[in-house]
This record gives sequence, C-alpha cells and structure tokens, in this order.
Amino acid sequence: MDKIGVLVTHKPLPYLEQELTRRGCRLFRLWESPESRRLEFCRENSSEIRAIVGNSNFGADAATIDALPKLEIVASFSVGLDKVDLPKCKERGIRVTNTPDVLTDDVADLAIGLTISVMRRIPSADKYARSGAWKKGEYTLTTRFSGKRVGILGLGRIGLAIAKRAEAFDCPISYYSRSEKPHPNYTYYSTPVDLASNCDILVVACALTEETRHIVNRAVIDALGPKGVLINIGRGPHVDEPELVAALVEGRLGGAGLDVFENEPHVPEELFALDNVVLVPHVASATIETRTAMADLVLGNLEAHFLKKPLLTAVV
Amino acid sequence: MATTTCTTNTPKIEKKPKVLVLQRINAYFEGVLSPHFDLLKADESSLPIPAFLSTHCRHIRALLVMAPIGTFGSSLLDQLPSLGLIACTSAGVNHIDIDACRKRSVAVTNAGEMFTPDAADYTVGLLVDVLRRVVMADRYVRNGSWMLKGDYPLGSKVSGKRVGIVGLGSIGSHVAKRLTAFGCPISYFSRAPKPNYPSYTYFPNVLDLARESDVLILSCALTDETRNIINRDVMIALGKDGVVINVGRGALIDEPELVRCLKEGVIGGAGLDVFVNEPEVPEELTHMENVVLSDHRAVTTPESFKNVLELAIANLDAFFSGKLLLSPVSC
Repeated sequence: MDKIGVLVTHKPLPYLEQELTRRGCRLFRLWESPESRRLEFCRENSSEIRAIVGNSNFGADAATIDALPKLEIVASFSVGLDKVDLPKCKERGIRVTNTPDVLTDDVADLAIGLTISVMRRIPSADKYARSGAWKKGEYTLTTRFSGKRVGILGLGRIGLAIAKRAEAFDCPISYYSRSEKPHPNYTYYSTPVDLASNCDILVVACALTEETRHIVNRAVIDALGPKGVLINIGRGPHVDEPELVAALVEGRLGGAGLDVFENEPHVPEELFALDNVVLVPHVASATIETRTAMADLVLGNLEAHFLKKPLLTAVV
Repeated sequence: MATTTCTTNTPKIEKKPKVLVLQRINAYFEGVLSPHFDLLKADESSLPIPAFLSTHCRHIRALLVMAPIGTFGSSLLDQLPSLGLIACTSAGVNHIDIDACRKRSVAVTNAGEMFTPDAADYTVGLLVDVLRRVVMADRYVRNGSWMLKGDYPLGSKVSGKRVGIVGLGSIGSHVAKRLTAFGCPISYFSRAPKPNYPSYTYFPNVLDLARESDVLILSCALTDETRNIINRDVMIALGKDGVVINVGRGALIDEPELVRCLKEGVIGGAGLDVFVNEPEVPEELTHMENVVLSDHRAVTTPESFKNVLELAIANLDAFFSGKLLLSPVSC
C-alpha cells in the first residue's frame, strides 16, 4: 500500500497505526484537527486520500465523501455502519467494509456482564468494600439474574451470542426482529412493546437505522417497568435518552447497563447518583485481543482492495 | 327414648416445636419461621448466654444458625444435652465443629443447593468485571474522565479464557455450565475426578490446574485441607495475566500473599467476595484497579433466602417427625 493516503478519523490502536505506516501508507490524522476545521483538512489533502479508516464515532458522512474525490474505500473499525453514508458510497462506487464476527464474543460477554453487574449491584459492592464502612454481619439484598426472562432486540450475530450465554443461566429467551427467525426455543414478539411487556431484561442488539432510532421509547420503557432492566450495547440513539433518564430517576424503570449514549462522551449526569445503573465508556469491543483482530480485518480489507483482490468483509 | 351421647372433642393443640436461635434474627426470617416453630431467642433474654442456656435450653432439640459467624462446637454442645439438629441457612458450615457434632449424634443441615444459582451468577459477574474492567470503567465515566481523558484503557477478552475450577461441586459445576457458553474450556481440581463431566479436564492438584489455566475459580468448602490452598506457588503458576475469583471463603487464599502477588504483578487481577477476617479488607487492595472487591453478597437475594428458609423448615419438620433430613452435611 505504498504511498496510499489514508484518512484516519479517530486515534487508532497503536498496532493499527504501526502497520499502516509499515506498509507505506501516508496517514492523515483527522482527529487531531478541531471539529470546525475537519472538512477543510479533508479538502487540503484530497489529492492524496484514497481510503478512510473510520470508527463508531466518525465514519464517512456525505460532506466528507464529497470533499474527497479520490476516495475508493471506507474500512470501518467497527461492525456498525450508522456513521457511514452507505447510499452515497454506493452512488460513488466507494467500497465499504466493517469488522463483523471478531467482536461478537466481546460484545455478548459485556452484555451479560453488565446485566449481572446491574442486578447484583457489583460496582456498589466494590465501592462499599473499599470504603471501610462494611459492618460485620451486614448484607445487601440484590435480585437474582438466573432464570429471569431475557428479551433481545435484534437476533443477529450479537443477539444470538447473547441468547446462547443467557440460556446457560436458565433464562427463557425472547426476541423482536423484522421477521421471525427459525429458533424454536426462542419466543418471537412482533413489536418491541410486546417484547418489553414479556421480559425482565431487555437487551438492545440490533443495527442502528432510520427504523430503529429510538426503538426504546417511552412506551417500551413503561412496558419494561419498575422491575425491568435495560441493557444497551447497540448505539446511543437506539434509546430515547431523556425518557430513559427520567424513568430511572423516577423509579419507573428498575435499572440499566449502558455502554453507549446519544452524544458520547457526554453521559447524563443525573445517572451518576444512581446505584441501579452501570455506565461504561463504549467498551463492548475494547479488549486487546478483539481490537487487534479488528485491526487485522481493516488492514486485510485495505490490502485486498489496493491489490485488486476480493474484499474480506464488504458491505458495499 | 333416644340416648344422647355427648362427646367433647377437644382439639389437640399441636404445640409448635421449639427451635433455639442464638443470633439476632431479622424480621423477614422470623416472619417465615414463626408460623411453624416456637422460636426461643437468646438475644431477647436479659440473661447472658451461658445462664440462658442452662436455664432455658436443657430440652432444646434443634438450633437454627443463620449467619456463618462465630463458632459452634463442644463447649456449646455440652450445654445443649438434648440437641439433635443444627439447621444452618448457609452453604458453608466451617463455623460448625462437625466432628464434635458427630460425636454427640447431632445432625447438621445446610442450605443445600439453594444458593447455587446466585453464587454461580456472581462468580461470572466478578470475572467479567475484572477482565473487562467494568467497575473501574463505571467510575471513569462517573468522575468525568471520559470527557476529559478520552478512551478507557483496553481490557481482556473473557470468551475463550481457560477456566480452572477448584471444587467442582454444586457451585463449581454451575459456573462451568455458564462459562462453557462463553466458549471457555473448563478444567478442575477436586478430591476425585467427576465422571459426570467428561468434557472438563481433571487435574490431580491445584498447582497443575493453575499452570494450565488463565482464571482460577474458588468454589470449594473451607476445610483443613483447603485452607490456603491458593498460595504463592499456585499464583506463580497461574501467571502474570492470571485472575483469581473467590466466592467461597476468604481463608482459601493466603491473603497477605495474594496482596503481595497482586502488588508485584505475579498475577494479573482478582475478584473477591470474601476475606479472611470480614469485614476487614486488606487496605492495599482498596487502592488497586485490577481487582473487584465485594462485601460477601454473592448469595444475598430474596430468591435465595426464600428457598433457603423453605429448606430449613423442611429439614426441621423432617427432624421433628423422625423423617430423613433433606440437606444433611456429611463428614
């Protein structure tokens, strides 16, 4: 990939940066420019930039694509492509790749981990154990996870991996999807509200599209109820965030485990005082093992494109 | 002329069997138990315990022990000459002198498998939280660091980690089932191999288990053999990325050595719900970011307590009607 200009939209994994450089790419570091200057930065370097490495925060929107006439491929360091203007890429003949499968396990692991952490109040337990305030014989009652009904929004790769894990905890599994899937052990509901009415833990595991924006709205939150728990490892905009915050603060929703937010890294401060929420900074794929595998997919896709070989994980 | 026979059927009022309680009993437990048993509560008497026992407890046949705190051995048993059963609502019975009980033909029952699902769930929760740094990441968000400092440092993948379980009993096997769904290969050390679990690899000692594991899960009873079963050699064998999860008893681990090994990077992290001298937590642990600490709450859910109380009632009923106990503790 000698001398190929690559626009990197976010601070990359050191391994990815090293490898791109080692293979001869010229890196243009978009994140180093202030937000107001970013389009200008693209235009200034447009004669060289032939590839974008984007992520879940910044992919390739219409304005960026328009500023880069030589753009041939967007290799996203993510599986979600809600930040890439796919119709525009199709129109321009720009290839788009993502990083499916390699992060499925991590995301599913975290979904279950967040669920247990919320229901059993593990962060509170840790804080209390460190505080010196723990008194002999005192204990805190928290609610059992095993056997609770788990409802999954979206039964794709990640949804299935979550279901497989939850089954090992004897959790009955139900789901909502655009259409019913051939899973006789899992109960299908044709609307998110029906799903929420019939589960104790609702997990968001679908792609973010026009249809799924705010799929978790007031009606769904009400259906989940004061004992229900919401787990979001999808995208912030899947959930109507102000409604979620109000429901948690007012006790109309039992708890939440959130990895994503509508406007990262902003997290509604009203949540900080609550011990029935667990908040993590978009880390569902954030392990050394998985990020390295994701980087290898990005590199593999880029190499394949510039060597005119079949792409590994093309979406467009 | 008809003869009228008048019989008075005096209903036989069944007196509720007396059960001695030496620890403070909470309202919930009392509410569930008192319809079945006449609870004799030591802490409601103004008498000190020895006087209480000699005055009121000579005929006491059953003792209920709730929290696994204190010691219940010969000196107590000597003051309860009619005792036939100690019913415990905990899973662990290391606070009961089982030998002393056996010598006096006092049966002991425990919580059976009632705490198992919660203990297994909590174990998995601790493991994910340690490897994926969930507790520290939650703190990072709440103290505004995500806004100021950017991305949180990477954690370590849970799926596929080699899990070594010390004690493949009820809790250990439930943990194994859960982590198998995470793609974790399971190995174990136990007093003998378990033919029911052919897909799990047996190791005849903890050291070999540690060598071949990324994670060690402690889910065995605390006995003289298992005290300090996790020592420095085991931790060295586990290695610098290794993680120990303990929901059993604090004394399964050489606690000062654990602190040293964490400080020195001999092992990578730990998830601990129990400590040698609760509620004391070694101060150095409270400053570490690669550990998740917890206040012995692995099994404290309403679901568990309801089940455990039902089991205790069933054991006591069986005892008082001369039937087989449901969850007797064997030697």
